[in-house]
Amino acid sequence: MSAEPILESWRERIAAATAARGALRLRGSGSKDFYGEQLAGEPLDLTSWRGIVHYEPSELVLTARCGTPLSQIEATLAAQGQFLAFEPPAFGGDPTVGGVIAAGLSGPRRMYAGAARDFVLGTRLLTARGEHLRFGGEVMKNVAGFDLSRLLCGSLGILGIITEVSLKVLPRPRQEATVRLELSAAAAVAAFNRWAALPLPLSGAAWSQGLAWVRLSGAASALSAARAHIGGEPVATGDASAFWQALRHCALPLFAAGSLWRVSLPPATAPLALAGEPLIDWGGALRWYAQPAESPLRALAQAAGGSALLWRGESAHGRFHPLAPEVETLHRRLKAQFDPHGIFNPGRLLPGL
Amino acid sequence: MAGARSRHFRRSKRYTRGAPARYDVPMSATDIVAALRAVLPADCVLSHEEERRPFECDGLPAFRALPAVVVLPRSAAEVRSTLVTCSRLKVPLVARGSGTGLSGGATPHPQGVLLSLARMNRVLEIDPHNRLARLEPGVPNLKVSAAAAVHGLYYAPDPSSQVACSIGGNVAENSGGVHCLKYGLTVHNVLGVRGYTVDGSALALGGGAADSPGLDLLALTIGSEGLLMIVTEVIVKLIPRPPCAQLVMASFADVHRAADAVAAIIAAGIIPAGMEMMDRKATEAVEPFVHAGYDLTAAAILLVEADGTAAEVADQVQEIEQLLRSSGASALRVSGSEAERLLLWSGRKNAFPAAGRLSPDYYCMDGTIPRKHVGRVLEAIGRMEQSYRLRCMNVFHAGDGNLHPVILFDANEAGSWQRAEQFGAAILELCVELGGTITGEHGVGVEKLNSMCVQFSAAERAAFAAVKHAFDEAGLLNPGKLIPTLARCAEYGRMHVHGGALAHPDLPRF
Repeated sequence: MSAEPILESWRERIAAATAARGALRLRGSGSKDFYGEQLAGEPLDLTSWRGIVHYEPSELVLTARCGTPLSQIEATLAAQGQFLAFEPPAFGGDPTVGGVIAAGLSGPRRMYAGAARDFVLGTRLLTARGEHLRFGGEVMKNVAGFDLSRLLCGSLGILGIITEVSLKVLPRPRQEATVRLELSAAAAVAAFNRWAALPLPLSGAAWSQGLAWVRLSGAASALSAARAHIGGEPVATGDASAFWQALRHCALPLFAAGSLWRVSLPPATAPLALAGEPLIDWGGALRWYAQPAESPLRALAQAAGGSALLWRGESAHGRFHPLAPEVETLHRRLKAQFDPHGIFNPGRLLPGL
Repeated sequence: MAGARSRHFRRSKRYTRGAPARYDVPMSATDIVAALRAVLPADCVLSHEEERRPFECDGLPAFRALPAVVVLPRSAAEVRSTLVTCSRLKVPLVARGSGTGLSGGATPHPQGVLLSLARMNRVLEIDPHNRLARLEPGVPNLKVSAAAAVHGLYYAPDPSSQVACSIGGNVAENSGGVHCLKYGLTVHNVLGVRGYTVDGSALALGGGAADSPGLDLLALTIGSEGLLMIVTEVIVKLIPRPPCAQLVMASFADVHRAADAVAAIIAAGIIPAGMEMMDRKATEAVEPFVHAGYDLTAAAILLVEADGTAAEVADQVQEIEQLLRSSGASALRVSGSEAERLLLWSGRKNAFPAAGRLSPDYYCMDGTIPRKHVGRVLEAIGRMEQSYRLRCMNVFHAGDGNLHPVILFDANEAGSWQRAEQFGAAILELCVELGGTITGEHGVGVEKLNSMCVQFSAAERAAFAAVKHAFDEAGLLNPGKLIPTLARCAEYGRMHVHGGALAHPDLPRF
């Protein structure tokens, strides 16, 4: 099938779903089928609309169709010494770039390089009306119109089909090094945030089972100065890479837990008053707890200025942290504008939406 | 652009192209004042003409309107009272920070309230552990870094007007600066906002935690030009101040070589802290003003900054020098001291006020293009100078492709402003043709409404209107800005193309 007929067939599916008061479940590789409140609607496979449309290394931008596998994008970038600095998790599969942006999840470099949404420069959206729209573009700075590209990042497909994305890419760091220190969780969080306030080339700071892992990226001179300041024992390249990859893709042993919470907090927050120790990422800003669904984590996180997402497990109170009423009202109004018949991924981001 | 305000348009003249769209305002100014005085302290509501006059325009004085009422709240509660009153009475409301915006985004509505947030200028909290600052919207950009300096931290975005421009205004415009390539725009450096929707509902988006549940309404709000909500508190990210910075200045005999040098530096895997280009017309304008020692024989100069630890900067400067030389730089100068570095920057940062020395009036554009096209665009602008019989100097955030052509004109000369406006629109259309955008950091405001018709389809503009509708159904917040009406775009299309022929067939098209 040539390119345009794919979009035409999607338009037909949208029209049919609208006419039948049905719903479409937008799906890339399916690597994140576990993610979200619920999966509902007839699956619409988005993997056929694929390929890198444009990549110019000296412009630091790559544009790809939604079905393009992440592995293809990363290999293309690596051949030019570049990468996606937000390190999107693949969860052991090979997600599509459309799914990566629709989920908006970021890996261990998030606090030091930026989140997925920080690298979104432009998107194309196939709407409930079958219109193919373009927002943002391939340039670094663009304030023409509302920033719908970033709104779509993390939208879980509820506003329409993201058919194409333009991402800012960056040169790979010249060098990387990882050191490991024996610290308590509390001491690690304090140290991570002390170091983050200093001009050190941090690119990852995690804690697991009594060990703090600190990754440094940059010029050789900056790395050696930082290592002198931080101390700890150097970790061999292979071991370091294995750890950061496992952390990025949620493949450490903790992720096998049947009930798992993902807690987002101001990074310097002291360890929460809970039995059981978390896995800490993002220099303290992200904490994973193997805790039952009935855990008081949601209240504790909210009291600390954060939120808690039930990553795996079932709860009558939903997986995502509840929205403030005013914020939820805006979600409903935006959904009503973009998808008045509720055909795209109903209930995946918010129950009943 | 604070420096420009006092200089670049004469107050005695008015260039307003008709008032903004009239609203069906059921109450007179007197009644609006009475309703607001019932809920606000008396000195917060300005009604006399001489009190309202200073608010009639922002940093783009080509667009002016006297607001019916000016409100100067001191607190979030007073902002809320103002919103509730305006919503109830269906009175349009335009928010304003320091008034340094360059797209007329804070141009008042003649039958509406102008809400100045200038009095809300307190730094509420500096949290060095979580590296964030909580600010009222009227805090000037530069004050944030000053308040954080004791902790070795600063706020990265640095618009040229940073002495004066407010953090609330930065949020409204998604402001940039000269260090965006490495450190990002406002959207990358704001963690959260608090404020109110048009009906007075409290809204908290984002915050001290990295992730928030739901749609990224924070990103949507940043750069929304006061159309979606009124922000009463901004939480910004603070980052460690690099201990060392050094600037390399390179001269080039033509702009193409300068553009190639920019690409070569990026291709070598270097993201400089800043990378700016000025053409000869720009260096000639600023040199007598700042005495920076710019090479006036060069067709273009590049300013490339490295920052980090001393060792890191020394390594990077050496590499940048080699890349610049191999790209054909005819001369290089490396800042030998912090004073020299700041002097070399001061010319760039004062480019707009310097235009005021060359010309009675000037008009600053803000298009963004893929970097590789900069040579073509600068050549095309050179040809447009002939067509429109106006001079144009060019300063350029070369690292991120953001071009600031500064068109020089004399508003006292009949037709001069109209030619400047058409010249500017032609530049922006060229930016769109080359895959760029009509505004990189100044916003659409009222100025670029016509250009929005060029960049976006009717369906895309309808999507913007849909967002506006979701937040502000009655359309009371900053009406007539950012989103052109269908009728306006139809009219612009008719004016622009006559019988299938472009309005300016003499201009080269790509």
